Amino acid sequence: MTGTWIVGTIAAVVAGAVGLFVVLRGAAFVADAVPQGAFAGAAGASLLGVSTLLGLGVASLAGALGIGWLGRRGRRDVATALTLVMMLGLGALFLSFSTEYAPEVEALLFGEILGVSPGDVVPVAIGGALCVAATVAMFRPLLLSSVASDLAAARGLRPAWVESAFLIIVALATSMTLPVTGALLVFSLMIGPPAAARSVAVRPELALGLSVVLSVATMWASIAASYVTNWPPGFFVGALGAGCYGAGRVVAARRGSRRAGAVRGARSLAGALSAGR
Amino acid sequence: MSYLLHLVFAPGFFGNGPVRVALLAGGLVAVVSGIVGAFAVLRGQSYAGHALADISVTGGSGSYLAGISPLWGFVGVGVLAAAVMDLIGVRRPRGRDLATGIVRGAGLGLAALFLYWAATSSSSSGTTISILFGSMFTISTQTVPLIVGLGAAALAIVGATYRPLLLSSVSGDLAAARGVAVRATGVACLVAIAIAVSLSAMTIGAILSTALLVGPAAAALRVARRPGLAVALAAGLGLAATWLGVLLSYDSYYWPPAGHGWPVSFFVVALVFVIYLAAQPAGAWRARRARRREEGGACSPAS
Repeated sequence: MTGTWIVGTIAAVVAGAVGLFVVLRGAAFVADAVPQGAFAGAAGASLLGVSTLLGLGVASLAGALGIGWLGRRGRRDVATALTLVMMLGLGALFLSFSTEYAPEVEALLFGEILGVSPGDVVPVAIGGALCVAATVAMFRPLLLSSVASDLAAARGLRPAWVESAFLIIVALATSMTLPVTGALLVFSLMIGPPAAARSVAVRPELALGLSVVLSVATMWASIAASYVTNWPPGFFVGALGAGCYGAGRVVAARRGSRRAGAVRGARSLAGALSAGR
Repeated sequence: MSYLLHLVFAPGFFGNGPVRVALLAGGLVAVVSGIVGAFAVLRGQSYAGHALADISVTGGSGSYLAGISPLWGFVGVGVLAAAVMDLIGVRRPRGRDLATGIVRGAGLGLAALFLYWAATSSSSSGTTISILFGSMFTISTQTVPLIVGLGAAALAIVGATYRPLLLSSVSGDLAAARGVAVRATGVACLVAIAIAVSLSAMTIGAILSTALLVGPAAAALRVARRPGLAVALAAGLGLAATWLGVLLSYDSYYWPPAGHGWPVSFFVVALVFVIYLAAQPAGAWRARRARRREEGGACSPAS
């Protein structure tokens, strides 16, 4: 249980940080596809009897690079969709060879609170540190190429290179989040809190901090609720992720209307002044 | 000769009841998915299709709890989700994927809960597998008329809006200028996509049904130039992948390592993937030839 708390917290910090760039780059589909591709790796690892974390890492990297490679030829969203279903199909094949079919599928897809073994803590901590370090080191290039890709290209940043680096970071983050939330709902943690943070905070550093805080809060609440009710953690992650997003939209809309009101007020004041003159 | 035939078609392939139903239902579903998928790909709605398929898991698992046919759940929730996605603004390109993803996440979370309840309330553990990864060989004959009806409805929607749909897929502004109700057309297309993926959810499984929607259509659009031809080719490729998948799955009963067949959904998805990859060089070759012909045409008057 302690292992789950530690791994969950690290995973949430990483997902919150990486997720902000997923949202800024509009890369939702890719971030959705990589975890589902990683499912095949976890299934293959359990078939071969090696560490799940290793299988997840290998498969999510393969999926991310495959999407990058196929996406450069032809339609990107189609390439993403097909890579994703191909990996899911492979996962189904691997699992059909194993004896514990159904429970294992459910745990991998929808998460399991006890899906973390104590031996996983150290590798996850190292991977998490790597991920956060990479995100911080690439903060400016990633931000620039997300917001203004032309400007980034003019500055000498190769878009393909930034894209590959980004996909690798997403793959790493996925491998750590998946055992707790499940393959289908890693993505909720990766875009719900960051989307809320972005619509509330204007400055990128502030948005990054807020995104991490919201993501950790979501993870802790999900683990606690899952422990109490015995329901799959994926349900709580999905619901809270959507809740974060909805709350962020409401706040942004209210602020938007207030700002519009202020602009209207200033205009009428200016009109009154110029009329009075 | 008969030995060769037995090698390809394992004994009893044509006499087997479930196989016949699988060939019939799977074929119908593949044709509908291929046709609707051509528009999904043209409109760049692969992700919407994938999300609708994932969300329909909620309906499938919910209808299992309620004790009705999962197909009703798939279709009901899929169409509802299409409406919600339109409502929260999946029309704007920016933020469209985000809104789609959030709806998908919430739906799948609920599905996780339903499947957990289904697993704890009864001893049968096959529910999750059959909803997520399909149940081509266990489709009951009573479901076939329903599949035919829903497939016809999806095709009717696409057929009735064929021209406006094509125009608004290629250029939204042009369609609006010509008086096409762009938003209504978009909703109609999303509903058709929702029905198509719900049908594939019955055969190859909810989370894999994007394969039949997107794969054959993308390959066909890469090879064929005229839209009508591409639509027909997409249907044909989907049908080929499904039938070959059923055959391979039936044959794989005698393959290592397990004493049971390999999942049919895996074969269908893998075949679709191979078809897509094979269409890439074909498309590139066609584009190169077209360019050369164009250059040739431009040169000849000067010479």
